[in-house]
Amino acid sequence: MLALNNIEVVYDGVILVLRGVSLTAEEGRITTLLGANGAGKTTTLKAISGLLHAERGEVTKGSVELDGVRLDRLQPHEVVKRGIVQVFEGRRTFENLTVEENLVAGAHTRHDLGEIRAGIERTYATFPVLKERRQHIAGYLSGGEQQMLVIGRALMSNPKVILLDEPSLGLAPMIVEEIFGVVRRLKEEQKLTVLLVEQNAALALAIADHGYVMENGRIVLEGPAEALRQNSDIKEFYLGLNESGTRKSYRDTKHYRRRKRWLS
Amino acid sequence: MGGFDWGFTFVLVVNGVMVGLMYALIALGFVLICKATDVINFAQGEFVMFAAFIAAGVAGAGLNFWVAALVSIIGMVALGFGLERVVLRPLIGRGIIAVVMATIGLAAVLRGVAVLIFGPDTRAITMPVGDMPINLGIVSVPPAQLAGAVVSIIFLAVFSWFFLKSRVGVAMRAVADSQQVAMAMGINVRRYFALAWAMAGVVSAIGGVVWGAMLGVDNQIALVGLKVFPVVILGGLDSIVGAIVGGLIIGVVENLAAGYFDPVVGGGTKDFAPYLVMLIVLMIRPEGMFGRRRIERV
Repeated sequence: MLALNNIEVVYDGVILVLRGVSLTAEEGRITTLLGANGAGKTTTLKAISGLLHAERGEVTKGSVELDGVRLDRLQPHEVVKRGIVQVFEGRRTFENLTVEENLVAGAHTRHDLGEIRAGIERTYATFPVLKERRQHIAGYLSGGEQQMLVIGRALMSNPKVILLDEPSLGLAPMIVEEIFGVVRRLKEEQKLTVLLVEQNAALALAIADHGYVMENGRIVLEGPAEALRQNSDIKEFYLGLNESGTRKSYRDTKHYRRRKRWLS
Repeated sequence: MGGFDWGFTFVLVVNGVMVGLMYALIALGFVLICKATDVINFAQGEFVMFAAFIAAGVAGAGLNFWVAALVSIIGMVALGFGLERVVLRPLIGRGIIAVVMATIGLAAVLRGVAVLIFGPDTRAITMPVGDMPINLGIVSVPPAQLAGAVVSIIFLAVFSWFFLKSRVGVAMRAVADSQQVAMAMGINVRRYFALAWAMAGVVSAIGGVVWGAMLGVDNQIALVGLKVFPVVILGGLDSIVGAIVGGLIIGVVENLAAGYFDPVVGGGTKDFAPYLVMLIVLMIRPEGMFGRRRIERV
């Protein structure tokens, strides 16, 4: 179980970005973190993966723990060794490397060549299109293929927890469906723990077990995904549905009501 | 027109290739650092000079050539590690100008320190290959030069294999591609920075020993660093293949230029011809022959 206990994140020593975030991602379940731009979702992920250090950010209060072991003082490569891997938003492949080299680089923390080989084959079985493209330069793949590659690459480290940052961004609905299908399968078959950051709330709540809503660096709402789907605020502001559950037009919403703030 | 002297041209080209291989090796040190750490190392020539001084110093103390070469390699690896740690690491994230100035300063310091330690006299490194010119058909070449060429080829091949095929090489290219993503994949980026400097040290040591054996060792050797820029601009700042091809082309170009134009203009062509090539390349293809272009998908 991955747990964040009341963490505070400060950038450059002065800019307070997270103001006491607590959340847990249960083992073998999909937990989603929703929220608008700038709410602090990505910062939360970086606080877990240790990448804040490289951006002059720091966890100043609280703790990040995986199965009771503290992670928030570790360098990113040590966090990966302990079984947590982050997939950035925007499909960040190693664009000058081939597909297969990307996967090899993803297995950097592992040493058994046989296992790495097997991992590559497993990734190809999960995403057959990558096998066809194995010698292609990653920068020239299609968007969907790149998203599959970065997820496959992250899995090469054999993680317990995967942090996915907006995997649906800018992809065709069919591709998104395929990728989310794979994420669900990984959870069910390999008991992978998933922390999914999304702006597309409908999509995220459809596959998640549990959800959190963030705003202004705080968690403002949490609950089982089913309950969040029924929540009238979520329906209105994230799913674009009205009380009776039918799709509603944003033209009908009064302008000042379009965004609700739980906290001012 | 009278008969074109093919023999003469051939000799120039062969000599150019030999020298070009050396340039390639030294440029490789530059490319390694540039690729992995985004640092333009203006002290590459001084690295080579320092390595040659170490080797000459050890050989001068009566030890044999191989021991001298080995000590030079070990010394340069240590120097590479040390400089990365003390000079470059604190500058991470400080902007390109700060880093460039630091390496220029480093170059001056190395030149001064080398003279302080080893004195200003020209020393000799003698390769255990004798000095009877070896006949290669039309041309005959000094054995030291031939040995240098062979050593260069071996090391260029080893480094190319390392980069293209080995896991560490793949990780190093991954770091070059995106440091942030490399970190997220569990790659210890700092360790790879240090490794790049250490490898540049190895390459410089080999270059220094071979170059020193051909020219004699004093601080003029650092001038080979000036040839590195045309080579890497032509080949591409971050391309290993580019360093090799660029080195060969620059070597051949400067020899042909010296052979054909020096008699007309009275000398010196060798020194500026490579820079002429560099300027032309900068105008028509600034990223070089094999340099990384930003991949943009439409």
